[in-house]
Formats: sequence, C-alpha cells, structure tokens
Amino acid sequence: MIEALLSALVQLSSPDRLAYMALGVAIGYAIGVLPALGGLAGLSLVLPFIYGLDQVAALAMLTGLVAVAATADTYSSILMGIPGSSASQATILDGFPMARRGEAARALSASFIASMIGGLVGAIILSCAVLVARPLILALGTAELFMLAVLGLSMVGVLAGRSFGKGLVACGLGLALGTIGSAPATAEYRLDFGTLYLSDGLPLPVLVLAIFALPEIVDLARGGGTISKTAELGKGWIAGLRDIARHWWLLLRTSTIGSLLGAIPGLGGSVTDWIVYGHAVQTEKNGQFGKGDVRGVIAVEASNNAREGGALVPTLFFGIPSSGSMAVFLGGMTLIGIEAGPQLVGERLDLTYAIIWSLAIANVMGTALCFVTSPLIARLTTIRFGLIAPFMVMIVCFGAFNTSRDAADLYLLLAVGVLGLFMRRFGWPRPPFVVGFVLAQPMETYLYQAVQFYGWGFVERPGVLIIAAMIAVFVFVGARQRRLADTDDESEKRGQARPQAIFALVPVVIFAAVLLDATKHSFLGAVFPAMVAGAMLVISIPIVLKLFFAKDPGSLLHDGEEGSDESQGGFWTYLFWFAGLILGSALVGFLLASIVFFLAFLRVAAKCSWTKTLVLTAIANGGLVAVANVLVLDFPSGLLQSMIDLPWPLR
Amino acid sequence: MADREGVPHAGRRDLIRLGAGLGLAAALPGGASAQDFTGRTIEWIIPMSVGGGSDTWARFHLPFMNRHMPGNPTIVIRNITGGGGINGTNQFAARARPDGLTILGTTASIQFPFLLGDPRVRYDYANWVPVLASPTGGVMYIRPEIGVRGPGDIARLRATTGLKFGSQGPTSLDMVPALAFDLLGIDVQVVMGMQGRGQGRLAFERGETPIDYQTSSAYISQVMPLVREGKAVPLCSWGSLNDAGELVRDSNFPDLPHFAEFLQAATGRAPSGPAWEAWKALFIAGFGAQKFVVLPKTTPANLVNAYKEAFRKTIADAEYREKRGPVIGEYNETVGEPADRAYAAATTMSPEVRQWTRDWLQRRFNHTLGRE
Repeated sequence: MIEALLSALVQLSSPDRLAYMALGVAIGYAIGVLPALGGLAGLSLVLPFIYGLDQVAALAMLTGLVAVAATADTYSSILMGIPGSSASQATILDGFPMARRGEAARALSASFIASMIGGLVGAIILSCAVLVARPLILALGTAELFMLAVLGLSMVGVLAGRSFGKGLVACGLGLALGTIGSAPATAEYRLDFGTLYLSDGLPLPVLVLAIFALPEIVDLARGGGTISKTAELGKGWIAGLRDIARHWWLLLRTSTIGSLLGAIPGLGGSVTDWIVYGHAVQTEKNGQFGKGDVRGVIAVEASNNAREGGALVPTLFFGIPSSGSMAVFLGGMTLIGIEAGPQLVGERLDLTYAIIWSLAIANVMGTALCFVTSPLIARLTTIRFGLIAPFMVMIVCFGAFNTSRDAADLYLLLAVGVLGLFMRRFGWPRPPFVVGFVLAQPMETYLYQAVQFYGWGFVERPGVLIIAAMIAVFVFVGARQRRLADTDDESEKRGQARPQAIFALVPVVIFAAVLLDATKHSFLGAVFPAMVAGAMLVISIPIVLKLFFAKDPGSLLHDGEEGSDESQGGFWTYLFWFAGLILGSALVGFLLASIVFFLAFLRVAAKCSWTKTLVLTAIANGGLVAVANVLVLDFPSGLLQSMIDLPWPLR
Repeated sequence: MADREGVPHAGRRDLIRLGAGLGLAAALPGGASAQDFTGRTIEWIIPMSVGGGSDTWARFHLPFMNRHMPGNPTIVIRNITGGGGINGTNQFAARARPDGLTILGTTASIQFPFLLGDPRVRYDYANWVPVLASPTGGVMYIRPEIGVRGPGDIARLRATTGLKFGSQGPTSLDMVPALAFDLLGIDVQVVMGMQGRGQGRLAFERGETPIDYQTSSAYISQVMPLVREGKAVPLCSWGSLNDAGELVRDSNFPDLPHFAEFLQAATGRAPSGPAWEAWKALFIAGFGAQKFVVLPKTTPANLVNAYKEAFRKTIADAEYREKRGPVIGEYNETVGEPADRAYAAATTMSPEVRQWTRDWLQRRFNHTLGRE
C-alpha cells in the first residue's frame, strides 16, 4: 500500500498535473470566496472543459476545487454572516459575532488551520476507507440512518436558546416545511398548490440564505458603521493559531466525526454540520457559543473540510454521490472515462490514491492561498456598510436564484427572510429551524423504509440500540451545558407581548395548514406531516395563549427592538429596500431591478456621490453579468420580459 | 434564445412579441448561410441537474457536435431543473424557436409523464422531430440465497415470500421492473423513496431488498463484481430493440435472456395482453429508446438535416466509439429512420394501454395522476 501511495504521488507530481490542480485550487478559491456559491457551482463551471483531459490531471483539478471551496467559503460566513455555501451554515453562528467584535483575523486564521487539518484527516480516512469502506457502509441500513437523523434532531436540545419551547416549535416549523413536496412513500404532492416549484420541495440553499443572511444584512444596514464594530481587523492571526493549539482535541474529534458522517450516503452535508456544531456545544465547557466562541468556528470548519474526504467514499467506491457537488464530481469522472465502483479499490487503485494525494495537497495549497489573501479580504469588515450592503443583497439574491433558477426562489427568499427577521427579533432560535428542515426528508424516508424492511422490530437492531445509547449520553451531557445564545447581545429585552403573540400564530397557522393538507392524502403520505403538525400544535398553541393572556410569560418574552435607536432607521426601512428589489425584479426582471436598486440605494441610503454611485453600480452589475454568462444563466424575468423580447442579459 | 454572445441576429431587437408564449416564427437565421453555424451559440437544454445521467450524456456529445456541425458552433448546456424534468421541457416547448439554435435532450422521466397523461405536462412530442435516439438497457438480478438461477426456477420464485424491491417512485423508471414482477406473477413488495438507483443497489447489497435491477452501465461496473463474488444472480436483461423495432437480446449481455424470453419460459406462453403492451411501451420509452435530441417540428429541413448529419458523423467518429463505453455503454445511438421509428414507439401510447396503465398505478400503488 505504501509503495502504491508513493507511486501515485510521483504520478501526480508532473508539472502539468500540478498545474491543473493549481487551476482547480484557484477556481475553488474564487468560487468559495463568493458568498452563497460553493463547490457545486465551481464543479459545474469546470465540467464543460473536462472532456479529453488526462485522467489524473482532471481528478487533481476536480478534487482540488472541492477541497479549497470548503476552506474559502469561510470568508463570507465569518466576514459577512452569509453562509459561504449551503453546507457551511453553522460557521456563521460564532464566526460572524467574532468579526463584529473586531476579531475577524483570529476567526479566519483559526478556521483556515482547522480546515486544513480537517481536510488532511479526511484524506487519511479516505485512504483507510480503501480497506474497510464496503463492510462499514453496508452495515448501516435504513434503520440506522433513521436513528442518525434522530441523533441530529436531538441537537435541538442545545441549539434551542433561551426558551426551549420556542426552540422546539422552530424545529417543528422546519420539519413541517420540509414535508412540502413529493411524499417519499407515495409520491403524492403535499402543499404544492399545483405548482412545479413546490412539488420539488423548498430548496435548502434559499432557505438558509433567507433565514440567516437577510436578517443580518438588515441589522447591519441599520447600524450604519462597519461590520467590525471597532472598524479594525484585529491582530489575531497568531491568536487564531494559539486557539488551534489549545483546542486540538476538539479539532480532531470534529474532523473525524465530520468525515465519518460525510461517508454515509443519504444523510446530507448540512446534517453533518449541525451534528458537529451541536456536539461542540454539548461537550465543551464554559461555552460562549452563539456569541463568538472560537470553538464553534473550529469545530464546523474542521468538519466541513473533513466531510469532503468522507463524501468521496460512497462516490468513488459505490458510485453513489452523497451531495450535489459529489454528483457533479461523479459526472466529471464519467466524462474522463472513469467508472466509479469496486475497481477503484482494485485495478484502478492508482486513481484513488491520486485523489487522496490531491485532497491532501490541495488542502495545504488552499490554506496557504487563503492566508496570503486574507489581510486584503478581511478589510471588508472595515468598510462602511452602506457601501457593502447592496453587494450583499445582490449576492444573496443571486445565490438564491442560482439554486433552482426559478423566479420563485426570490419570492421564497423574501418570505422566509421576513420570517427570519421576526424570529431574530422575537427570540426564536433559527438553528433548530434549519436542523428540522434538513432532517425532515431523511427522517420520513428512512422511518418508512425501515418499517417496510424490518417491521417495527427495527428498533431492536444492535446498530439502532448503539445510536440510541449515544443519543441518550449526548442529551444527558448536553443538558448540563450552557445553551446556545440567540444573539451576541443577551441582555433582557422583553418588549410588548401582543405583537409577539401575533407572530407566534404564524407557526400555528402553518402547522394547521400541514395538518389540513394531510387529511387529503393516503395514510403513508400523511402520517409523518400529520404527526409533526399535530404534536407541534400541542406545543405551540400554549405558547400563543401564554403570550396573549399570561401576566408573566417569562423567558418566552423577548423583543430585540426594545430600546433600539430610531435614528438609525426603523425596523422596516431596509426590509422595504429589499422587498423593492424583489418586486422590481417581478416587474422588469432582476438585472434591471438590480441596477435601479444599486443606483437608488447608494445615492439615497448610503449618500454617495454620483461618481461613486455609478462606478460601484457598474462594477457590481458588470460582475453579475460576467458570472451569469459563465454559468449559462438567465436572470429572473419580469412582466416586462413577458411583453417585450429583450436580448440577453436583459431577457 | 441563443445569441447570448452577441451574435447579430436579423431584426431581433426590434421584434416585439405581444403576449407571452406567442412565439412568432420570425427569427429565422437568414438565407443561404442558414446551415453554417459559424460564430453561433447553440443551447442544449437538459431539464435535469448538472452531473446526472442525462447531463453527462449530453456533455459527452458536446466536443463531437462542435467538431461535426458545419461552422463548429459553440454549444452550451443549459440545465433547467424542476418537476423531475417536466419544468425544463415545458419551457422548451413554450419558448424554443424553429431557428435550429435551441435543442432539447429528453429522457425516460420526461417521456413517462407525457405518456401517462400527467396534468403538469405542457409539451407534446408530436411537435418535435428527433435528430438522435439513444438506447440503453437494464438487468434484473436477485440474491443468491433465494435459490433462483433462471426461468426454470420460476415456481420457486413465485413461492418466495418477503421479496422486496427499492423503487424511486410509482411513475419513475422503476415502473418497468414493478410491472415485470406482476407479469411474472411474483409477489414483490415495492418500497418507495429511493433516491436514485444507487441507493436501491445499496439496499440490495445490505440485504434489505432481495431483488433489484440496474441500468446497463451501472450493472456492468457495480453489480458484475458482485455476480463474480457470488453475491448476486442475474435473471434477465430487459432486452433491446433491433432496427425493425423488435425486442431482442441485449448485445451487452448476450448470455442473458431478454425479458420476453424469460417471461415466456416462466409462463409457458408468448406474452400478450394489456399488461404486456403497457410493459413494452414503458420499456421502449424507458430503456429501448431512453434519450432523444429533438428540435421543434417547424424547424426548416436544412437545419434539421445539419443536426442529423452531425450526429451521423459523431457516431462514426473513432474517438467517439472508443470513449462512449462509460457514458452510453456499447449501445448504438441512431439517426434518421431507425431513430424516427424508435421515437414513434417511445412517445406514443394507445388510449387503451394508457388507461390500463393508469388503472394499474391506482390499483398497485394507490397512485392517481390527476385529470388529463
């Protein structure tokens, strides 16, 4: 094995192959730095050029791209609070508060090193998998996969924030929205209102951008100033390294968990993120999680690089992609004439080793690249936010729209964004919402399949019992830990009960709608959503009643707006800006709306000079058109486009 | 649609369309240069996601099309996903102009809802012409401990209880095996919710589903090693269509009986009846002629012929033949008359057979497709 490994390294070290790897690293870096675009977009970008390449060179490029995208996507998570890709959501919970505190440099350096080590652990796990992947993956049946989903759900306990009841309801809301679309057992369409868009279910990337990024943008825009409250980068590059040294055990744990979970086909990347983050909150003492604890950054960043190594296991050895980007990776392999499957641990083992080396080398290259460019990029946090806000809004819209390339992505972004804004304001924790959403489909599918395959006796399978015991231990340990903070500001703000009670009706209405819809479906199509909605009604109605009528609703009451400074712009002001962009896009198409939005925002809200306004508008929208051109993407069209035939890109 | 790189396009900018979808066929590329695609960009719409089977299939053809189309045009793939392929196909149907600059790649999951009368379908294959037909095949296999080696053991297979099969959904490609089980009279519990055939295969390997099938390329790379280790026993291939449109043995698996042979050996009589007709129609749309490249029917003949010629040259290209294995398998893609015949067979279904199939879906899976 050692000999084969070394010969693969020699194969890989020819200059042209290294050059292709560097190209992959560069593209992965660029796409990673751009918010809301991850490895998937990067791979889609290079796929058209891959045919005819030398196999090893092509693999080195693809692997390098995937590895580095997972490192570089940290930038937007930490610096802007926008998930760098849909599968690096949990980084923002602690990374962004650190940037706001002026510790961007420390957060970034800790995250890059964690990413690198995580990536190396992933490469090691992948090389071990060459020997043992098959029996291990086959040992996990649908029953065990269901239990892993339950394990993910149990993390809600520590992610719930100050009110456990609200945390549960937020999680239930995610679960309920996750059941929209085709039922796994019967293919009936639930709550699709006859539309193709909803029949596919709500797209996760849009939801994540809406729930996390939009509320932060609105909040920042109101605050004026800069992202970093101290308008400084902080001299934290060394501090970040020290953090890594101090928390090496956490780093190793989360890397291993990340790559092992990543290797399980059918669980999904974001589930892994949340399990790892929950694990850190459960096990680390004296956590300040949610308020800028560097351990939150280290845990998630180590795991999401390690995960890519793990995710290659089912992709390479079973031909089963475990994520969107792995599906494209697999397509790329086919195009260069490599068939995934047992032969990659047999006669084509050399290719597997080439991938492992690429993964390791690219992780190191990517980390170096990130370090070199960091001081420049981190300066973003010291620029007046009024200038950055329109860029961020545009990028979030673009990332959302690139998901299913349907104008409905934008409307969903707005709707869920408003939901997220109020959840933030009234102290409803958002992580449990996302956890519920990403787990809805695997839970329902695997529960149904496990019962079909094993009957209810599946609960007695050894694997199920082991995972159940792990859940019990984690929950017990976690119960003694401090819970995740909702925002970095934890001072008591109770606000008025009436508006909060009215907002608490939103989940109740959604649960009722899900329950009502369930009555129209067959038993198998209805049982899961009905159970979720039913149970959640029992929990959520008392919360509403308490908020309406109780004299002292206690920890349920929270309003982040209490005592806010009206001179900084009202709660609604920036929401209207955003809604205006979406509405404009429905009228004249996204590109025209975006140009108008830039001009108006920079001129009116940010009070820029005309020169500055025009230059920034041109740069932003020119870049947008360039990216859209490469991605073969039409912008969302509006009423105007349905009447007049315009040339691309206005089409 | 396709002049994104700013290729001049006579009168395009002045052309005002009143009302959506009124696609006036006014934007034909002008005159004698019509067959020359120099400097043009062709959009190939794939209604499936990047990296999937259809996408990879299309991307594999790109360099050859670029090589063999007159004027070596740029060809870009535009993935319009949603509704399992229905969304992108609806959009093509509504917007594609007969200018030869937009083509569509179809696949089984686009043919099936059309054949079955899914109310979400807004396209009609009768409005298109095929310029390429691409077949594939599949193999059904079973776990060795069942003790079935071939059609001779059918009695044993019928007596076996607890057979399960992992399916991607009642109206997915996996209808073909589900109907095959019924034709054979074996009792198989069809368990839905598999995301892709790969997951189905994994369930087979874990022992959760003792019977399974894979399309040919996955069978060759993933299941044949299991067969060699004695962990899977192949029963039959689905077969393939010859140029006359008859079901024959799949040349990739010459030793395996095709499904009609297997069925005949198992039941003792030549297959017939509505269930068989339905199976055949679905097999053709799902495997025998799984993928097509189509243009709007109103496209001028010289443009259509340019595509046909380009694909004909592609198929004869030595590099294509050498490299097609992992993508297409050793199946012969067809152009011209055989492709037209396959297209007719794969995209039409008699009203009786359609009704029978819809009733069967209702009976077997309690699945209603909604009003046509």
